[in-house]
Amino acid sequence: MSAPLLEVENLRVSFPTPAGRVDVVKGLSFTLGRERLGIVGESGSGKSMTGRAILRLIRSPGRQSADRLVFDGIDLQAQSERGMRKLRGARISMIMQDPKFSLNPVMTVGDQIAEALKTHESLARKDVGARVLEMLHSVRINDPERVIGLYPHEVSGGMGQRIMIAMMLIPQPDLLIADEPTSALDVSVQAQVLDLIDELVREKGMGLILISHDLNLVARYCDRILVMHAGQVVESCAAADLYQATHPYTRGLLAAVPKMEETRDELPVLDRSEWSGT
Amino acid sequence: MTAISLKNLDISYGPTKVVQGVNFDVAEGESFALVGESGSGKSTVLKAIAGLAPEWTGEISVLGEARSHTVDRGFATRCQMVFQDPYGSLHPRKSVDTVLSEPLMIHGLGNRNQRVIDMLAAVGLDQRFRFRFPHQLSGGQRQRVAIARALMLEPKVMLLDEPTSALDVSVQAEILNLLKRLRREQGLTYLMVTHNLPVVSFMCDRMAVMNKGRIVEIAPASALYDGNFSDPYSQSLYAASGGNPDRKDIA
Repeated sequence: MSAPLLEVENLRVSFPTPAGRVDVVKGLSFTLGRERLGIVGESGSGKSMTGRAILRLIRSPGRQSADRLVFDGIDLQAQSERGMRKLRGARISMIMQDPKFSLNPVMTVGDQIAEALKTHESLARKDVGARVLEMLHSVRINDPERVIGLYPHEVSGGMGQRIMIAMMLIPQPDLLIADEPTSALDVSVQAQVLDLIDELVREKGMGLILISHDLNLVARYCDRILVMHAGQVVESCAAADLYQATHPYTRGLLAAVPKMEETRDELPVLDRSEWSGT
Repeated sequence: MTAISLKNLDISYGPTKVVQGVNFDVAEGESFALVGESGSGKSTVLKAIAGLAPEWTGEISVLGEARSHTVDRGFATRCQMVFQDPYGSLHPRKSVDTVLSEPLMIHGLGNRNQRVIDMLAAVGLDQRFRFRFPHQLSGGQRQRVAIARALMLEPKVMLLDEPTSALDVSVQAEILNLLKRLRREQGLTYLMVTHNLPVVSFMCDRMAVMNKGRIVEIAPASALYDGNFSDPYSQSLYAASGGNPDRKDIA
């Protein structure tokens, strides 16, 4: 593997509470090449905060710190806000969970995608239009000429998510962070959107961090998996080995998912006392 | 006896017809699923039964009694609905106790204190949660409160609209176990809407697959074991859910 795209060492994110500061991410370390990494865990395990911390998007009163946070040779912690803004979107971009809340409701789809491009590159208006159409085409939106003029409330959830993906990919980033990109979508649309992300990531040789609580989905679309619990990585393994996972937390999560050929009368529930020591 | 019987049901929102010609019967004590993608009209069918989508034609009867188009108090004691999102379905300024007592008050039922205590125990919530507000509860606890509220009037038929889709896998398992146990203990009939086929496999006996406002197929849950669906749409839905990998080639 070539030099890693992203190196994270001892990443910490904390928030103040009446009982003092609480670490929601406790010393997370990993490196990422041009590969697909999955981060799984329950809500509150700190997986989304990890994604945000990489973009330095933790807002006050939250605080983040790391021994090392290097993206493609650039020390992210040494960057000014202005420097970070140059990176966000252009080099590292993030797909958010719900297109309903992440798209600007009073701007047409075409304008929003064009805005993402114009912020990072100066292009002639004609070229911008062409790139937007091309991008919409590559996220498999039928009739992009019509969709450009629509407002977000006029498109379906799956289409909205594809528009988000188009917006995030149009500046051609090197690293894509997808935070639960499909949990607001249907199964049938889910597979389409993930296949699309997968294809674009492979084609352009990007790095991908897929954050999700769905173990099966992550196992299907990633090369490597980190399982997070209470701000720490409890298990790290190749996606193919997930079903041989050894940590009781990972095993518990796997067992709690109903199967298509379900014969169990009751689903096993996580016994939270078992791994409280870790 | 049939718990829910729908005959030639058409439902519209204003000028748009969203559900057309739905026919099915759910036997008493059965657990029946409606599956399909968003926009297929599956939640609308539940809403029409519950009286939240009043523009329907055809016949809806629950436990042998036909449903009218208006608000029906007697109906509420036989049939109740649990909504998808426990973050949106509980009043933010009413405590758990108020939420659970309200249906009893409306129907003039007594012994409220004891009924609330019993119901909290039945859904597996500790008594200390009784005077809390929704924002002080986790997603799984809220969904337990929503289920408890639906059960307060001791209905025999429950309409479940994606009861676990807003929850994590580990919490989903707890809620599914709870629903299964309540059904066994109280002899409930479930009509459940979901797009998660493995949940159907765990919870239900039969399912109807909906597409574009119509039912395309009614199949037993055992069809999920081998992908034995006759309609091409059901087959593609099965394949998209990661069906049985050995049989993926059929889609």
